[in-house]
Amino acid sequence: MGNILLYVEKGVRVFNLIRKIVLLSFIALYTSVTHAELTIQITKGTEKAMPIAIVPFGGQAGQAAIPVDIAEVVDNDLNRSGYFDTLPRKDMLTKPATPEEVRFRNWQVLGQDYLVIGQVIPEGGRYNINFQLFDVYKNEQMLGYRMTVPSNELRKSAHHISDLLFEKLIGKKGDFSGRIAYVTVNKEPNGRKKYNLEVADSDGYGPRAVAASYEPIMSPAWSPDGRMLAYVSFESKSSAIYVQELATGKRTRVADFRGINGAPAWSPDGSKLALTLSKDGSPDIFTLDLSSRSLTKLSTGYSIDTEPVWSPDGNHIVFTSDRGGKPQLYMMPTRGGQVKRLTFDGAYNAGASFSSDGSSLAMVHGNKGDYRIAVMDMGSRTINVLTGGPLDDAPSFSPNGTKILYATKQGGRTVLSVVSIDGRMQQKLVLNSGEVREPAWSP
Amino acid sequence: MKLNQSVLALAIAAALLTGCSSDDETATDFMDGTQGGTADASLSGYGDGSGISGSETYGSGSGYGSGSAEYPNAFLGSEFSDPSNPLSKSMIYFMYDSSQVQQDFIPVIAAHAQYLLSHPTRRLTLEGHADERGSSEYNIALGEQRAKSVARMMKVQGVSESQLQVVSYGEEKPAVDGHDESAHQLNRRVELLYQGQ
Repeated sequence: MGNILLYVEKGVRVFNLIRKIVLLSFIALYTSVTHAELTIQITKGTEKAMPIAIVPFGGQAGQAAIPVDIAEVVDNDLNRSGYFDTLPRKDMLTKPATPEEVRFRNWQVLGQDYLVIGQVIPEGGRYNINFQLFDVYKNEQMLGYRMTVPSNELRKSAHHISDLLFEKLIGKKGDFSGRIAYVTVNKEPNGRKKYNLEVADSDGYGPRAVAASYEPIMSPAWSPDGRMLAYVSFESKSSAIYVQELATGKRTRVADFRGINGAPAWSPDGSKLALTLSKDGSPDIFTLDLSSRSLTKLSTGYSIDTEPVWSPDGNHIVFTSDRGGKPQLYMMPTRGGQVKRLTFDGAYNAGASFSSDGSSLAMVHGNKGDYRIAVMDMGSRTINVLTGGPLDDAPSFSPNGTKILYATKQGGRTVLSVVSIDGRMQQKLVLNSGEVREPAWSP
Repeated sequence: MKLNQSVLALAIAAALLTGCSSDDETATDFMDGTQGGTADASLSGYGDGSGISGSETYGSGSGYGSGSAEYPNAFLGSEFSDPSNPLSKSMIYFMYDSSQVQQDFIPVIAAHAQYLLSHPTRRLTLEGHADERGSSEYNIALGEQRAKSVARMMKVQGVSESQLQVVSYGEEKPAVDGHDESAHQLNRRVELLYQGQ
């Protein structure tokens, strides 16, 4: 799993006075970067990506090795975004660490638009980091920062640098500092399956289990402040919903009614959970006030109503219902009121997830047993299918709305995949063993 | 004979209780050819019959009596592991996206209902499952719908609600770990599991 296979077909780049850059050929990258448990494979090429060089950060002569290669983390982050084409280190003619050492010509000949350099210097148990971003053709510095962090925050600071660079160059907030939650399923030698609910950095690094059971765990949902996870566990042999505080591991069982307890979803203000309960005969949508524990029933009827999600403004709930015969997405006001059908395209639409600005809705979109991830623009209500199926599930938007994390099948195993919302970039996060499912990106 | 009357009652009940239309796209083996009304709801028509015991050891469930994966209720008596006895069948299979009980399984359900009627202290757990396609939480609901379909048939027979417990695992506990239709077919099921002493 540690092979790096780079197949690059370099096209012709044309410059003119106003720096129009045209990349004529399609660059396909197949790169694999191994982290603790999850391996990231970039499987779809990046067209029109900005060429950028991130030079390994320097330091002072004779200093001890830095535990984290900050430039490498930033390089991988920017590459994964689909917006950047990063220069391999072996192609760098020089490796400046300070602005005085930079010769822009060295980067112009390599066709780089942007250059990032920096230093990491240990001081009294902490690390002083400084970095600069340069526009190679204008010969000018665009950004410069310095920060001091403890050793255990080196990786976090690298992701923060990626966020700063991304926001400066793309104009959108970065999503490199987030975390993902997901469920892994591993078969033990005696055939028994072990389910782990894990949390890792959004690049798959440093996973840790926050709950484990020999019975299924599903539907992790992050609280808006990112401090808690709600999830469904069958550890007591039937489904129940738990809310767990990540820092302490302390958890509370908030719903264990007769029948189904499922699909927890946090209200934007963090005070309530929407959930599915079938205690009244068929699965219905309820809201649960987390402090008072009072339940409010929002949907009724004999149909299956499940998978509620709140609109980011807190005014509506979108949910899956088969009241029309097959599962489709519907929307209703949070305080109750008229239910309106949202999806009319495709035989099956379920598993909705809102982007954080409420402008887009991702869903599982099915036709004749083939299931793909699609995104609906909430303004025009048009649907765009983003993935190839046939067994795609559980879409979750990244915090800045540019990517969708979902579960899919590869080589007979369930893996996590990330697709950019315009379809230009696709990656897979493959667990070294076992299956990965039910991903959720932190807010 | 009491069993035939039960079978007839269930067949009528099945016709009356026809719920959502089954959106089946392919005719699978167990839909055609088997004689209705016989006691042997044989599994030989379902593709790879050996898939029943599965590559997956059925959960060493606490609360359930011990039995092999193929005959999980064997602890109750020899009739539960005798292949010629419908009581030895513990799986009810379903069509894609459907919770409608198929004709072939009516004798099996009738036999278990009879057993429960004559053993009022026995409790049966009906576990509903779905294949992996589509979204997980919807599949939990679909699994429950399937288990409730079977439970309803038994109640029509006179079985008391207190003897029946419904639980759904959706797509989370497949019987077979494959990703093709032959695996999916074996995962769309309700499992009948008697609770241990």
